[in-house]
Amino acid sequence: MLKGKGIPIFITFLVGMIMIISFFIPHKPFGDIEKISLNWYSIIAGFTMLLGVDSLIGMHFRKLKRKDENWFFSLVLILGFTATVVVGIIETVRFGTAFDDKSYFTYIYNYFIVPLQSTMFSLLAFFIASAAYRAFRARNFDATLLLITAIIVMLGRVPLGEQISPYLPKFTEWIMQVPQMAAKRGIGLGISLGALGVSIRIILGIERSYLS
Amino acid sequence: MLKRTLLLIVFLILSISLFSENDSLIFLENQTPFEGFAITGKDIPNDGGGGIEIEWSFPDSLDNFFLTVLRKDEAGNNSIVATDLLVSSKQVRDVSSEEDPSRVKDGTKYYYTGILSKKMVDEDFLNMLISKENGYSKNGIYIFNNDTFYVTAETDAIISKASWFNLSRIPVVISLILISFVFLYYLNLAKSGKELYIRKINGLDAVEEAVGRSTEMGKPIMYILGIGYVTDIPTIAGLTILSRVSKKVAEYETKILVPSYDPVVMTTAQEVVKEAFTEAGRPDLYNKNDIMYITQDQFGYAAGVDGMMMREKPGAVFLQGLFFAESLILAETGHSIGAIQISGTTETAQLPFFVAACDYTLIGEEMMAASVYLQKEPMMLGSIAAEDLLKVFIMVLIIVGFVLSIFAYGFNIGIFKNLFDLLARALQV
Repeated sequence: MLKGKGIPIFITFLVGMIMIISFFIPHKPFGDIEKISLNWYSIIAGFTMLLGVDSLIGMHFRKLKRKDENWFFSLVLILGFTATVVVGIIETVRFGTAFDDKSYFTYIYNYFIVPLQSTMFSLLAFFIASAAYRAFRARNFDATLLLITAIIVMLGRVPLGEQISPYLPKFTEWIMQVPQMAAKRGIGLGISLGALGVSIRIILGIERSYLS
Repeated sequence: MLKRTLLLIVFLILSISLFSENDSLIFLENQTPFEGFAITGKDIPNDGGGGIEIEWSFPDSLDNFFLTVLRKDEAGNNSIVATDLLVSSKQVRDVSSEEDPSRVKDGTKYYYTGILSKKMVDEDFLNMLISKENGYSKNGIYIFNNDTFYVTAETDAIISKASWFNLSRIPVVISLILISFVFLYYLNLAKSGKELYIRKINGLDAVEEAVGRSTEMGKPIMYILGIGYVTDIPTIAGLTILSRVSKKVAEYETKILVPSYDPVVMTTAQEVVKEAFTEAGRPDLYNKNDIMYITQDQFGYAAGVDGMMMREKPGAVFLQGLFFAESLILAETGHSIGAIQISGTTETAQLPFFVAACDYTLIGEEMMAASVYLQKEPMMLGSIAAEDLLKVFIMVLIIVGFVLSIFAYGFNIGIFKNLFDLLARALQV
C-alpha cells in the first residue's frame, strides 16, 4: 500500500509517464493533456499570486510596524502598491481595460515602471565594465587567452577593426562560429543530458529532495 | 428633331448604365488559366484531428496572384477558409481552434475550391459564390466588375481524422528506448553495489565552506533561484540544490533568505526549506518569512534582490536557476559586498558573466548533477554514469562523422547526420 512519501512519488511517476505517452499520441484525450496541464498550472499560479502578494505586503507591514531600518522604503512600497491596484480597478471600470491609452494606469506603467526598468537595465553596462576589468586582468594563462580573444572579437566587430586589417572581422567571425560555437554546443549537449537525467531521477522517484 | 435625338441619347446612356451595372457577371465554363489548374487537399498527418491541409502548385509567374479557398461540407454548406493568400505560400491549413472547435469535424466529407485572381477577391462576388443557391460547383473563368477570377474544380472529398501515433516521432521513440536502457542498466549496476565514480566539482565542495564562513561572520545566506518558473528544469535543479544547502544551513544554525520571482517557486521553496530543516532536526529554526516573494518584473526583481543584498550583507550568495540579463546585476552586487558566490545556470549566454563575477560557477550539466554530488547516493550516481556514457557515445559519433567528412571523399555520411539529428531531436538540443 502507498503511504507517506510513496503517494506523491507515485503521482509524479504516473503524471510523468502520461506526459511521455501523450508526446507520441496526438489522438484525444492524450493530445490535449499538455494543454490541459498548462491550464491547470495557470489556475494554480493565479491563486499562488495571492500568497506572493501576502508575503510581500506582510513583510513590509512588519518592517513598518517594527520601525526597522529603512522602514520608509516599505511605506513607499505599500503606498505604491495600493495606489497602482486602486487606479487599475478604477480605470478598468472606466474604460473596460486598465491599459487604455487615456487610463492613469497606462500613465503609471509608461512613466514610472518603464523608466525604472530601463534604469536598472542600463546599470548593466557599468557592471559589465567592472566584471570585464576583473576577468581580463592577465593573471594567468587562461585569463591572458581570454583577454586576447576578447580584444580580437571586440575590434573585429567595430569599423576600426576593418581599418586595421580586413582579416580581423573574418577572424572574429571564425572565433564566433567555430571555437565559441563548439564550446557552446558542448555545454548545450551536457545540459540536455543533465535535464534528461534530472527528469528520469524525478519520474522514477530517485530524486526526492523536492518533496516536503 | 433635336428633341428626338436628345431623347435617343438619354435612352442609350440609361441602357448602357443598366447593362454595365456593378454586379455584371460573365461566366466562361471549363476555361482554365493553365493546364492542371487545381488545388488538392489531405488530412493533416500525425495530428489530433480537426485539420485538413490544402495545397496548390501553380507556375512561378503566378506567385504574386491571390488565392481564396472555399469549403463545402457534405450538407452543402459553403464557407470561406482563407481569402487573398499569396499563391507563393503554396498551402493553407483548415483547422479547428479553441475559438472554433467544430470548424473541421472528424469524419465529415469536405470539398474545397480555389479562386485565383490578380486583385484581391471582391466581397460581393465571394458572397455570391458561397450563397447556397449558386454554390460554386462550376469551375471556369468568372468576369465580375471587369475583374477576372479563375475558379478551380472542387477537390475530391477530404476527411479529417485523428492519428493514434505520431509517426514523425519514431526516431524519438528509438532514442527514448536506447536512453532508458542505458539509464536502467546503470541504475541496476548501482543497486547491485558497484561503486561509481563522480569527478570533483569545486563549486559544490565550496558549499560547506560558504555556509560555514557565513555562520562564523554571523551573516545570513542568500539563495537566488533566478527568474524561472517551477516548470523550468534549471529551477527544479536549483530547488534540489536548495534542499541540500538548507540542510547545511540548519546544521550550522544560521539563516537562509530566498527572494523569489514567481509565487509558485516561492511556495515550493518554502516547502523544500521547511523539509530540509526538519530533516536536519531543527524545524524550530525555520522561518516562512525568510522565503519571500519580490515581483514578477525582471528588473524589479533584480532591484529588490540587490537592495536586500546591500541591507542584509549575506556572507554567501547562491545563484542557482534560470537567469537572463539580470545575472550580472545580481552577481556584481554580491561581489561588491564581499560574499562568497556560487552560481549555476543552463543559460550559456549568462555563464561568462557568472564566471567573471562569482567565485565558483556550475556550468550547465554540473548544476544538474549538483544534487547527486551533494548527496552521493549510489542510485543517483548511477544516473550520472548513464549520462556520461551517452555523452561519450555522442562524442564518438561526432568524431567519426568529422573524420569521415574529411577523409572519405564521396562517402555517404548522411547516416551520421540522420543519427545526430535523431539524437538532437530526442534531447531537444
